[in-house]
Amino acid sequence: MSKNNNDDLLLSVEGLTKLFYSGIINKDVTVGAKDVSFEVRKGEIVSLIGESGSGKTTIGRMILKLLEPTDGKIYFKGQDITTLNSKEKKKEYYRNVQGVFQDPYSTFNSLFRVKRIFNMVFKTFMPEAKNKEEKILQAIDEVNITPELLDKYPHQLSGGQLQRLLIARALLLDVDILIADELISMLDASTRMGILNLLIDICKERGMAIIFITHDLNLGYYISDHTLILREGRLVERGDTKKIYKNPVHPYTQMLFESVPDRKEKWDRKEEFLPEQISEKIKEFYKENDKSDFQAVDENHYVLFGE
Amino acid sequence: MVENVLELDDLTAYYKILKGDVKALDGVTFRVERGEILGVAGESGCGKSTLAKTLINREDPLKHISGEAILNDEDIMAMKEKEFRKRRLKNIAIIPQYALDAFSPTKKVKTHIKDIVREHQVKVNSKFWDKVKERFSLVNLDASVLDRYAMELSGGMKQRVIMIISSILDPDFMIADEITSALDVTSQRFVANMLANLRDQDIIGSAMFITHDLAIMYQIADRIMVMYAGHIAEIGPADMIMHNPSHPYTEALISSLPRVGIQHKDQRLEGIKGTPPDLIDIGPGCRFRFRCKYATERCTETPEREKIRDRHFVSCWNHEQLGSDSNE
Repeated sequence: MSKNNNDDLLLSVEGLTKLFYSGIINKDVTVGAKDVSFEVRKGEIVSLIGESGSGKTTIGRMILKLLEPTDGKIYFKGQDITTLNSKEKKKEYYRNVQGVFQDPYSTFNSLFRVKRIFNMVFKTFMPEAKNKEEKILQAIDEVNITPELLDKYPHQLSGGQLQRLLIARALLLDVDILIADELISMLDASTRMGILNLLIDICKERGMAIIFITHDLNLGYYISDHTLILREGRLVERGDTKKIYKNPVHPYTQMLFESVPDRKEKWDRKEEFLPEQISEKIKEFYKENDKSDFQAVDENHYVLFGE
Repeated sequence: MVENVLELDDLTAYYKILKGDVKALDGVTFRVERGEILGVAGESGCGKSTLAKTLINREDPLKHISGEAILNDEDIMAMKEKEFRKRRLKNIAIIPQYALDAFSPTKKVKTHIKDIVREHQVKVNSKFWDKVKERFSLVNLDASVLDRYAMELSGGMKQRVIMIISSILDPDFMIADEITSALDVTSQRFVANMLANLRDQDIIGSAMFITHDLAIMYQIADRIMVMYAGHIAEIGPADMIMHNPSHPYTEALISSLPRVGIQHKDQRLEGIKGTPPDLIDIGPGCRFRFRCKYATERCTETPEREKIRDRHFVSCWNHEQLGSDSNE
């Protein structure tokens, strides 16, 4: 990837690796992420797509400093955040980068009214802020939540409403990057589009960037400008969303697209489809293409050609 | 001649709780023909899982209120539990939601299989294991899987094992409740195809495929039934439902589904505003009217089911208002 240091560059991830060790005598190593590099720019939506165990959540957690990388760097506005240790610096970082997760019920403390999350934001990040009430009302209005809901307890609200409140919290902080980990997987089809459109609008109006972690390729296509395809901790294909979807090159990406159900077209049931065969196919692919590492196959479309 | 495996007539089941009756399944009538896969679609709280539970295992506070469910000429709603027990697995079987988590990590797969089928008075002998192995090979599982622990298997493999166990006695009717929901996309395709293959090979007579994911349902269902808040909104051939929906809810639901090729920059998909109604002591009328853009005065009356073409029924007073431009 060419390095251009323009002002739009918010986040740059370089060679990010995470190994999990388990066992005491015979140490077992599990690869959470391996040599992952990508960039996120202002106002851009990047989707991180992978199946369970692909490392998509691990990467998100490393960016949020909830996990320490084994190797690699994460630069936020030019500053390496993997070495941030002081409480002050971390707070400053979280002021700009926030996460919203899959299960909104576990984010809220069920003993307190939902309003508490906003009060905590002020207490932690902006104790000197004025017009707090007004700012809260403005933020929840943007996500279509009525003020009376603020005095309710989490169990009295639906999953969608709680997700909206979490997005409102990010808005209140006016973050640069929002990491949305399987944000809408729990929501019903009829309600999730509202949240997605809301995110897209905020992104484009405010210049906020989103790292959208999902396993759903249909959603990924709808929301993202850039797509990163992950398999077993490694990126296998990355680049412009439309280019990847139109012309998937890596066998794994191809298989993913073959298995996406479409609401207009049916699968060919006669076609043999065995997910187990993919490892072999990938080996062959690497052997046939006597190249290594990431290669550009088109402008802004890169494919992994060898381990 | 078409043979019906299952016929439901005005089946009603409520959750009887302190606050009142949760009318989760209210007057549901449909039939399942031999050899077909009926897809049951709808969002959380629409009654699709309640339907499965009512048919196979009613536990408090879920109570059968009225109506019949005829399985092979017998009303299973009127049957005593002891009597019905004999039908489970042989005539009617379920692949339950969250079955993946039900495997104990410390037991071998074969112990699980043994435990389950013994409950149903099946002789576990070498002939039985031969049958299991034969079925395993059908779904590309090696016989060695039997000697492995559940925790060593991936979600997709576990789901395959569960489907083989549930269908081991060749049931006439299989309920598949959200069997693809917890799986990765690649396993989803395999598992969905597997259900259709079991039907093709006459291992299961017919099936009810319950899922919230219309796109995957469309891949294997012959007919689709769309439920909303305990009522059937629409039921008809899968292609008709997906390409020519006739109920406002179906129309809105399908047009809210993203698909590869639609990006927000080019086309904006809209969801459905509002949330489903509270089903406690809900009165008459169309239950979708609060969120429906076609709603009129008349919708406070419960709509009658109307046949709009062969095998296609819709419950909506205003279905004629729906545009035919839903084909994009």
